[in-house]
Amino acid sequence: MAPAFRDVCRQKSFIVTAEMGPPKGTDTSRLREIVHQIGSSVDAINVTDNQSAVMKVSSLAICRLILEAGGEPILQLTCRDRNRLALQSDLLAAWVLGIRNVLCLTGDHVRIGDHPQAKPVFDLDSVQLLQVVANLNQGRDLAGNALEGATDFFPGAVVTPGADPLGPQILKFRKKIAAGARFFQTQAIFDVDQLKSFLDRAQPNGVTILAGIVLLVSPRMGQFLNEKIPGVYVPERLIERLAEVPKEKRLAEGIRIAAELIRAIRDTGICQGVHIMAIGREEKVPEILRLAE
Amino acid sequence: MIVARRKPLAEIEAVVQDCTQVLVVGCGSCMAVCQAGGEKEVEILARQLRMRARLASRCQIVDEITLPRQCDPEFLRPLAALVDRYQALVSMACGAGVQLLAEQFAHRPVFPALDTLFLGVNEGPGTWGQRCLACGQCILHLTAGICPKTLCAKGLLNGPCGGTKHGKCEVNAEKTCAWAAIYNRLEKWGRLELIGRIWPPADWSVVDTPARHGTSLAEESAP
Repeated sequence: MAPAFRDVCRQKSFIVTAEMGPPKGTDTSRLREIVHQIGSSVDAINVTDNQSAVMKVSSLAICRLILEAGGEPILQLTCRDRNRLALQSDLLAAWVLGIRNVLCLTGDHVRIGDHPQAKPVFDLDSVQLLQVVANLNQGRDLAGNALEGATDFFPGAVVTPGADPLGPQILKFRKKIAAGARFFQTQAIFDVDQLKSFLDRAQPNGVTILAGIVLLVSPRMGQFLNEKIPGVYVPERLIERLAEVPKEKRLAEGIRIAAELIRAIRDTGICQGVHIMAIGREEKVPEILRLAE
Repeated sequence: MIVARRKPLAEIEAVVQDCTQVLVVGCGSCMAVCQAGGEKEVEILARQLRMRARLASRCQIVDEITLPRQCDPEFLRPLAALVDRYQALVSMACGAGVQLLAEQFAHRPVFPALDTLFLGVNEGPGTWGQRCLACGQCILHLTAGICPKTLCAKGLLNGPCGGTKHGKCEVNAEKTCAWAAIYNRLEKWGRLELIGRIWPPADWSVVDTPARHGTSLAEESAP
């Protein structure tokens, strides 16, 4: 069994988490294989919650499978699909099933997903969801009712260091810390200086910051991230680097870029670790980490 | 004011085509202002229905009337002497007006000619924008007069989501991020502390549907 992520954040000098998305359907074979391949290389595995508002298997179920496979799961929980009753009920369910870490997010809007006709919920926002977790940890629900058995979640949240404008992002970041977030996983970082200037300005003390690392696999992906994904900036030199190598070697080059970023973050010590999002190439995480050593 | 949009002609025609006598009822308040169901729009719809009936060789009489308002029984009274001449009423009021008309003249079918959209303001010629959700808990004094419940696609109370890009909204890149707008205005005022505290979750119990407001409630419950 993996050590508790809470203890890892307290004790380890450089922390590594990775993200994976549940399958769309009931075939969990690839997922089980990935957990087997990367479970021992990372400190915890995030499981996304209907990411990009695309309907998949619930994060809760996949977190439980990771736990059974000996891994340490981080439950991603968004406010898009559940009201306050369902959120609290699912949090209690997660605790009962042995899940100890929860990442609280607002969630992408349903209009950008695969069920754009759906009614979005957003009864709570990510800050209020963090407060809910803090309440449950103290044995109370949001309405103040006593629980028969409290939770003891290790709560986390997300932040976008490259957000434009940055002021409102810092305001929300501080609210998340005040609401009880103990760790942060950032939006993808490709420029270490950008992360450093954000952290210098935001001054987060006493929380674990894990820099988001996205595995680039093509120059087009770099352009796509720049154009479409809020707060993500892929420097032109990285896009050119990928364009200069032949197609069949681009994945390897992307792995090298990710490894270099991880090394730069670790060597400069600007934050406590990294969170790797190797979208669809999760099996490459151990290789990225080996190269980063 | 309430903003609405007229339904496509084919849709309105489909529900009234079997009626030989139809009265199109306009609403002279919000619906006239947003150019969806005032006197002018009543005239246009009535003409279109007549023309369609003639083209289909249907015998149909379409008359017109526009009331100052359809959301108050007092203004509906003049219709009492008229409605029995018609097999159906076509209301060009908002959803509230349609329902009061149907309630007051329950023996006649009332069909809506409009889709009611939102509470909003005039943003320019022929353009209206939503401003209010009628949430029953106004917080505009804290948000520089910009409503995040209405203008943020997610109705967030504690700042922007991660989808905001260059001050625009995740859902529609043409729309300003409400939280960027609130932040900018408060920053100019030097009043950012107004949004610095964590706001608790909204209390939806104050807007239980169907909502009612007024003194008659208390009178009704009195013994």
